[in-house]
Amino acid sequence: MGRIEKHPILGDLPERREVTIYLDGKPYPAQEGDMIAAALIANGVSTLRFTKNEHKPRSIFCGIGRCTDCVMIVDGKPNVRTCVTPVRDGMQIRTQEGTGSWEGGGAK
Amino acid sequence: MTRAELVIVGAGPAGLSAAIEAAKNGVKVLLIDENAKPGGQLFKQIHKFFGSKAHRAGVRGYVIGQQLLQETEELGIEVWLNSEVCGIEDSGHLLWVIRDGKESVQVRAEKLILSTGASENAVTFPGWNLPGVMGAGAAQTMINVHRVLPGKHIVMVGSGNVGVIVSYQLLQAGASVEAIVEAAPKIGGYGVHTAKVCRAGVPFYVGHTVKKAYGTDRVEAVDLIALDEKFRQIPGTEIHLACDTVCLATGLTPLTELAWLAGCKFDFIGALGGNIPMHNEKMQTSVPNVYIAGDIAGTEEASTAMEEGRLAGVNVACALGHCTAEHAKTRSDEIWENLNALRCGYFGQRRRDAKDLILKKGADLGI
Amino acid sequence: MNAELKIKGAPSIEELRASPAFPSYEELRRGPIAVIECIEEIPCNPCEGACPFHAIRVGSPITNLPHLDVEKCVGCGRCVAACSGLCIYVKDFTYSETTCTISFPFEYLPLPEVGQEVEMVDRHGNVICKGTVRRVNNAKANDNTAVITAEYDKAYFEDVVNMKRLGI
Repeated sequence: MGRIEKHPILGDLPERREVTIYLDGKPYPAQEGDMIAAALIANGVSTLRFTKNEHKPRSIFCGIGRCTDCVMIVDGKPNVRTCVTPVRDGMQIRTQEGTGSWEGGGAK
Repeated sequence: MTRAELVIVGAGPAGLSAAIEAAKNGVKVLLIDENAKPGGQLFKQIHKFFGSKAHRAGVRGYVIGQQLLQETEELGIEVWLNSEVCGIEDSGHLLWVIRDGKESVQVRAEKLILSTGASENAVTFPGWNLPGVMGAGAAQTMINVHRVLPGKHIVMVGSGNVGVIVSYQLLQAGASVEAIVEAAPKIGGYGVHTAKVCRAGVPFYVGHTVKKAYGTDRVEAVDLIALDEKFRQIPGTEIHLACDTVCLATGLTPLTELAWLAGCKFDFIGALGGNIPMHNEKMQTSVPNVYIAGDIAGTEEASTAMEEGRLAGVNVACALGHCTAEHAKTRSDEIWENLNALRCGYFGQRRRDAKDLILKKGADLGI
Repeated sequence: MNAELKIKGAPSIEELRASPAFPSYEELRRGPIAVIECIEEIPCNPCEGACPFHAIRVGSPITNLPHLDVEKCVGCGRCVAACSGLCIYVKDFTYSETTCTISFPFEYLPLPEVGQEVEMVDRHGNVICKGTVRRVNNAKANDNTAVITAEYDKAYFEDVVNMKRLGI
């Protein structure tokens, strides 16, 4: 949905280091300090996960780490709250199906 | 085992104000917050606050936040971020804290202030869980903190101050607000806030609610529907609106889990958001060493949260022997005057009555 | 009480005329004058302290409606950016034979340029007429509440309260 480059109260968007994150293998540009969900939404991504029983799409709801609607598999770990987790250059994110699974096999 | 004279859980406006007030009186404070950054909801408030000079009227919320953080730093207050309090034992004296999602630590506290705020309510309708349907606070976080637009065509549900202010901020962020929907027959928010969005062309639909949200991958449209005097949907009155985001600004409920764990006595105060720990005029709960301040004590606003934080802070300082009872009384009276000034008039009187009821119930409980 | 304000979102002219800070028909046309559209008892008083001529009174309790002393008000406009509710503007009916001005608060981007033709709106966002921007005051002291002065045809004097956002 885009970034707010200029804002009448908050001023210009500060310059931050560009990083690359991967969603289901596809690269997306992000900025250092972004929360994962914010970076994905800025890139026009609507769906962060699908529900277990009816495979329905979900995205952020509370935006502050309380409701868990935004969880995705991040660097192999499922159920990561993407609205409060910052991006990392090279981060591998997967659209989570249901309750997700540990990638690379087995519980940690 | 970490020991602290005063532990404050929640570094929003109430917690920061409590920490500053206590520290100014010489208390050794440990301020704990589960987020990566302090400030609670304060840094999202980019509008100028109301009140008087004493309430920092005319100053934008996030600037007040910066001032509070600066004072916190200058006073050398210890702050633990990314730290979740997940357990309380021994009548609020022992806390279990998980730091950075890795380390579990115990904290022994002589006094405890809980200032954990509130969380947004949801209203449900078919399609409410589609991507693009979110809390108004979530949209506000996206635009004012993350500088990302959650959508371009917003329908706002709820015409209280949160709904109207976030609508205005969405306009400032470059989105279009297609409608503000209010179930009650009258708009809830301040007239000066509604006038701003009204002259920006945003229409209000009072006596309406969202019947259904449509969309496959995300919200694409909603049906609004009129309500009768008993809030029942009137068939045939549907209004179809295209949109890509629906924001729910339908009230807040205090986050009181830690007060339950500490053993505080509660009562239900509908006007302030639900089940609330009872307290006295010092913000002290039924558990003598546990105090509360801010939205946990009833959902109001940042201005009252800061005053309640100061009130808890000075009374804890007195209870710990850091200041005289005279000083605590004088300062408390000053703060109560500020609080009462914020809780009068057409909008404030209801909150004043609710707060008076809490104090009465607190007194009845012997607090 | 204020029925139209609580249903439509903006006050009716009758609701405004009943308030002590909305100048009368004659007072509005005498020269530069502040117009305060604040008709609810909310705890707020920065306008009182902002006026260097002490023309605005709120008093105690701070939920009192603001009261404008039209004899003291010179229309300097300091109150416009000071009002947290952005509900004050200054109008000058006497600007010229055929035109008047309004100085109003504006917190959107892009800001217009001096000389730019813009669309003036009423309290419901309806475009009423065109206006020409004469001044854009975005001084640091206003803390990002720009005060824009626009000149427009005085046939539309009363209805105009702001300008339409640009680029939408």
